[in-house]
Amino acid sequence: MKVKEILTEKEGGKLFLLGNEAAVRGALESGVSVASTYPGTPSSETGDVFYKIAREAGVYFEFSSNEKVALEVSTAAAAAGLRSFVFMKHVGLNVAADSFMSTVYTGVRGGMIVLSADDPSMYSSQNEQDNRIMARLAGIPLLEPSNPQEVKDLMKFGFELSEKFKIPVLMRTTTRISHMRGVVNLGTIIQGKEKGYFKKDPSQFIVAPAYVVKMRKELIEKLNQIEEKAKNSPLNKIIDKGGREIGIITSGSAFNYVMDVVSENNLKVKILKLTFSYPFPEKLVLDFINSVDNILIAEEVEPVMEKKVLTIIGKYNIKKKVYGKLDGTLPRIYEYNPDIVEAGMAKIVDKELIKREKFSTKLSLPLRSAVLCPGCPHRATYFALKKAIKKLKLKEEEIIFSTDIGCYALGLEPPYKMGDYCISMGSSLGIGCGFSKTTNQKIISFIGDSTFFHAGIPPLVNAVHNRDKILLVVMDNRITGMTGGQTNPGVPVDGMGNPAPEISIEKIARGVGVGLVKTIDPVDLKETEEIFKEALQFEGVAVVITKHPCAMITDAENRKKGISIKYTVNQEECSKCLICVKNFTCPAIYIEKDSSVNINPLLCDGCGVCAQVCPKKAIEVKK
Amino acid sequence: MSKESDRGEKMSMKNIYKIQLIGVGGQGTIKASTIVGEAAMKKGLNVVMSEVHGMAQRGGTVVTELKIGEAHSPLIEEGAADLLIAFEPTEALRALDKVGRDSFVIVNSSPIVPFTVSLGISEYPELSSVFEEIKAKINNLLVIDAQKIAKEAGSIISENMVLLGAAVATPEFPIDKDLIIQSMKENLPPKSIETNLKTFESGFELAKKGGKSIGI
Repeated sequence: MKVKEILTEKEGGKLFLLGNEAAVRGALESGVSVASTYPGTPSSETGDVFYKIAREAGVYFEFSSNEKVALEVSTAAAAAGLRSFVFMKHVGLNVAADSFMSTVYTGVRGGMIVLSADDPSMYSSQNEQDNRIMARLAGIPLLEPSNPQEVKDLMKFGFELSEKFKIPVLMRTTTRISHMRGVVNLGTIIQGKEKGYFKKDPSQFIVAPAYVVKMRKELIEKLNQIEEKAKNSPLNKIIDKGGREIGIITSGSAFNYVMDVVSENNLKVKILKLTFSYPFPEKLVLDFINSVDNILIAEEVEPVMEKKVLTIIGKYNIKKKVYGKLDGTLPRIYEYNPDIVEAGMAKIVDKELIKREKFSTKLSLPLRSAVLCPGCPHRATYFALKKAIKKLKLKEEEIIFSTDIGCYALGLEPPYKMGDYCISMGSSLGIGCGFSKTTNQKIISFIGDSTFFHAGIPPLVNAVHNRDKILLVVMDNRITGMTGGQTNPGVPVDGMGNPAPEISIEKIARGVGVGLVKTIDPVDLKETEEIFKEALQFEGVAVVITKHPCAMITDAENRKKGISIKYTVNQEECSKCLICVKNFTCPAIYIEKDSSVNINPLLCDGCGVCAQVCPKKAIEVKK
Repeated sequence: MSKESDRGEKMSMKNIYKIQLIGVGGQGTIKASTIVGEAAMKKGLNVVMSEVHGMAQRGGTVVTELKIGEAHSPLIEEGAADLLIAFEPTEALRALDKVGRDSFVIVNSSPIVPFTVSLGISEYPELSSVFEEIKAKINNLLVIDAQKIAKEAGSIISENMVLLGAAVATPEFPIDKDLIIQSMKENLPPKSIETNLKTFESGFELAKKGGKSIGI
């Protein structure tokens, strides 16, 4: 499939789509006018698709500078009567939370869907927060799809619900839904309106105390009405496999595991799938509880529905056993899978479940840790910085390396070991400010270009204003790298693929009054080391911008131009000092069984930094 | 009607066919899986697939799982994979918990040694012991030097299609070869399709002949 087919494939057709791609098709079939995001795994591919098709689809799309801005862009569009779609990873909703909470109060005019892609087991995230709780905190209707078809269908449903009750709707996916592919049946694409009109009404759109008191009351009334809707919704359905001993209440990915375990083992159970799961349809669940002997709750990640079921049981004084996370039938934390759900069900069903022989290996397997790519400019930055620190005879173990969210956080791995603290987007500098005031240690903060625009500017202002002493290294690789390569305000292209003003990090730093600002191409190791030496001795806030395109960009450009430069080790010159292997550590450089050092031509990206690293000048361009 | 088009009959008897693919970032594991999934869809079958994104792309293990048939979750139960395609020898061992004695296992014999081995923080086992361990547990093992075959066809990056070709030739594979080829044409760049088809055919022929001995 080509990405374009998500736009061009006609009604009645079928595509094999990722959950993230199905969300785009669902938005297009709903006549969406505006889409906005800040990229974050597991939601990133949704933005990648919009980037490729938005112009042709007649949809406005942007990679906003952060999730809060993305949410506000979509909020305004909905206030102007357009349909809007904002999507982000689960922790992105924390960044957007301030405006998110208020938007639920003010409500919307055009339909608005907020998608949060949660990451159980934290494959690429800093925490395992369950944003179904965010739905309850905000008071926003919640939809939980179980597969790509449902993602697409729920977009349409969500927009209609949103418009009917003048409230945004939250869709919660998880990694296994976002990154699941399935057959999706397509409907008709509807062209959204290009422009809306904002009809003023401060009593609806100003969250001043005088107005919000009324909004709060209206919100609760809306939620009561929406609960009625959820109770009768065909999205919440009972699957009766005959038998009332166990009733299973489930949602999202957990529903899939339950279904597969039940059908493989031919279990006679009754299942309630909650897709429209908040406001929690209490009456529907009560009827279900009354129709079975005992209840199992299968949900990821927090025992959200389980606690609600326990409340209902208490409220109506029902004497039934509730199995789930709280009694240890299912694990309290991490992602589920069919084996985990099966193990849980084996504890409570009166039947021997399928057992299979399980193999494992006795051999110790090679470690494949995530690593900076061959040709990655961050490696050069770290190498040069390490040398500068050594030349100045600074004690590396006493320096605090405050890093941030991005590929460069891999600098915490050996041999660089330059990562001591990282908690959230932009935290490198805020944490640096705190340590600057509270210790006498030297502080080096690392931040990427996209993360700098996202949340790095306020702490930079703070650092300058409060006279902190920090070296900030902005590792500007001209892309939002870790999420797959999206544009950001620092590059001259916008989310529609149109030319756009390029925001200068150097000018921002100078503008806020940073005392020493330098920009350098880190691939020039010597010059970079000199600049770091100067910056490390500067009293105050120093900013060094190491600017060189991500290897993904240079590789693609070289391929296009037909350029293929590979480096090789001249074995006669090589002294086997292993600096290139042990200190520089490019994945393309390896030690052969005969102990010679070699470069894998398949992996080598031709950046040539290793040639500068070699003291014997034994690394040269392969002829 | 060729015998190929009888495939899938077995499907209705067996209900769900489960394929696990495992490799290292950059080997085209996800692409190979998507080709199979789209071909299954073309055949009118239900299919679900799970793929890994994000940090795993940077030199890490890449796992995809496919269930063809009436399954809800793409995740394969322990010991339940009908077919395992390992793009790298030690990665086959990493997925050993997913296969059973009667599963079909296809392994690429070309190792990818991670930098952690050069750094001395992990070890790469002897290849012979890797294959011995799999052979001791699995009845149907096919070891293929996909790198060599891809090289001979003139494209080192089409190893994944050699392995796909071999997979399609296994006795219970539920999708017709021509549907896979059609799906390849729709998923691979036009300029490399000829090479990819060539490597695919090499893998297919080798597996048909039961070329188990290579690399062991």
